[in-house]
Amino acid sequence: MKRFIGFITKEFYHILRDRRSLFILFGMPIVQVMLFGFAITNEINNVDIAILDHSKDVNTKEIINKIAASKYFSIKGFISHEDEIESTFKKGKIKAVLNFEKDFSKNLVTQKKATVQILTDATDPNTANTISNYVGSILQKYQQELNRGLNIPYQIAPKTRMVFNPELKSVYMFVPGVMTIILMLVSAMMTSISITKEKELGTMEILLVSPLNPFQVIVGKVVPYILLSIINATVIILLSIFVFKMPVQGSLFLLGMESTLFIVNALSLGILISTISSTQQAAMMISLMGLMLPVILLSGFIFPISSMPLPLQMISNIIPAKWFIMILKGIMLKGVGLAYVWKETLILIGMTIFFIGLSVKKYKIRLE
Amino acid sequence: MSIILNNISKSYDKVKALDDISFEVKPGELFGLIGPDGAGKTTLFRILTTLLIQDEGSASVAGYDVLKHYKDIRNHVGYMPGRFSLYQDLTVEENLNFFATIFGTTIAENYELIKDIYVQIEPFKNRRAGKLSGGMKQKLALCCALIHKPKVLFLDEPTTGVDPVSRKEFWEMLKRLQQKDITILVSTPYMDEAELCDRIALISDGKILEINTPEAIRTLFPKKIYKVRTSQIYQLIMDLRSYPETHSAYPFGEYLHFTPKTASFVAEDLEKYLIQREHRDIEVMETVATIEDTFMDLSRANELVNR
Repeated sequence: MKRFIGFITKEFYHILRDRRSLFILFGMPIVQVMLFGFAITNEINNVDIAILDHSKDVNTKEIINKIAASKYFSIKGFISHEDEIESTFKKGKIKAVLNFEKDFSKNLVTQKKATVQILTDATDPNTANTISNYVGSILQKYQQELNRGLNIPYQIAPKTRMVFNPELKSVYMFVPGVMTIILMLVSAMMTSISITKEKELGTMEILLVSPLNPFQVIVGKVVPYILLSIINATVIILLSIFVFKMPVQGSLFLLGMESTLFIVNALSLGILISTISSTQQAAMMISLMGLMLPVILLSGFIFPISSMPLPLQMISNIIPAKWFIMILKGIMLKGVGLAYVWKETLILIGMTIFFIGLSVKKYKIRLE
Repeated sequence: MSIILNNISKSYDKVKALDDISFEVKPGELFGLIGPDGAGKTTLFRILTTLLIQDEGSASVAGYDVLKHYKDIRNHVGYMPGRFSLYQDLTVEENLNFFATIFGTTIAENYELIKDIYVQIEPFKNRRAGKLSGGMKQKLALCCALIHKPKVLFLDEPTTGVDPVSRKEFWEMLKRLQQKDITILVSTPYMDEAELCDRIALISDGKILEINTPEAIRTLFPKKIYKVRTSQIYQLIMDLRSYPETHSAYPFGEYLHFTPKTASFVAEDLEKYLIQREHRDIEVMETVATIEDTFMDLSRANELVNR
């Protein structure tokens, strides 16, 4: 045990004395969260929309005013006929058109239900989703105001092709993605680099000719990064709560456990990478190309998996990040418990065991 | 026996790095492996320190077989690789402390063993290892290899790239360590260091040319040897090589070492030849063969056999 602690102490010296790795460890999470956070916030601000109002009554005026007053939209035009919708979109500036049906107020009073059609420019599916959700939430708020003190509530129905989905309600969807990227980066890349560094500098040779067994060396390498990654995950969650006012709906304990599971998963990938590469540079390239790109492109973080071609959808299944993002979204945004994410958790556990087994099998107790 | 090698062979792809190597090192012996770069010294070290597996043959270190009991060997040997292999971002003291800890000991416990060496680097104990001079790095590496009181010490070219003064000090330290019953196997490309070993093995192209005491190896040289010098040293090499009586001629310091083909050779003949070739300030003197001369002679013979 003393040997083990000695080894871990040494690892911490390495990490704390290397400015580059310190920056990746602690600067990167903050920079990334801020960058993604503000970039996405800006995107939602001041989206240009157009209005097609067939009824022009009190209620539609009020709704239009509410939309104009929100900082998310700016109304860039009124059109008077359905035929103009397509040409409005083709000009490219307008991202959405709100189409109020005829006799809006009358329907609301007589049938207790009125419909607004939300037409969104679906060339950018993410923005389209978000817009329809934003409009939806404004409508809902207005409806709540109207219904105060009424026995039979009025209903304003937004008609949109996008199914209302609480996950896409806000800007918060980037947090799970960024957290996944950073944990992957810190855990997998930094571990694989730190192990290959020993090979490259020749110190692995001395470590091999010592009573330390491979298991101790690996675990000794990994433990500091588990601790640092947990700190990172905490920092990201705190940043999103306090800077971006994101509410975490689910249990923090479960969130912590799932994050730790993903960290261990990423670390085992890092060890695996270090067993197949002999230089730091190779380890870095494999981590970046083999891990970061799939995480960014195929995990559903930026591009929705449902809109990918089938082969890519199948590939995305073998990417641990996909499952972790699903778990994170569930816990953070939907507030669900383990009962809802047990399948994803099991998949992650399975992958972790597989990677650890493979790297133990591939780990060399000699030089060749 | 501390180290035993029986018919060890090792190839990398098609290159034969070690070819049927056998020798034994006695307990407490300072044994030198002498040979040029690429002779197979490092491969041999790696097999003995259980880092590589031999293709053929068997070997044991401190009574443990290198294959079956590799874990025991890793507990009882000290190894200093040819390349400086300590943690550059750790200080002198942290490095030493780390190696003491992973071998389950402390600096205090074996301080006696490393004292002589460590006092020289102790003033710099808070300096990062990467910022030390070449000589000091080697001393630190030696301390780290010794901190667990190994039975056998493997030093792979410990003095390569080290200044002459530090080299001399280093070998004095090895001599003192020998007094403490540590068997030492050391490799070096420097022939002058060979003289300081108890016994040496001359190794070239993966083959052992000769194993003996340095003295015996020197007297092994079969012919007379002359050191030759003139004012035009380059021309001298060319002329000596075309001289019919020449067996071998190669540079040695500021002289050329020359061996004649026949025992009946007299120095005057060579002087006459050189005057004829318009050399000035001619010096031809008989001299004692060094280990390098023997090595050159043996490896030449070895090459001829191989051809």
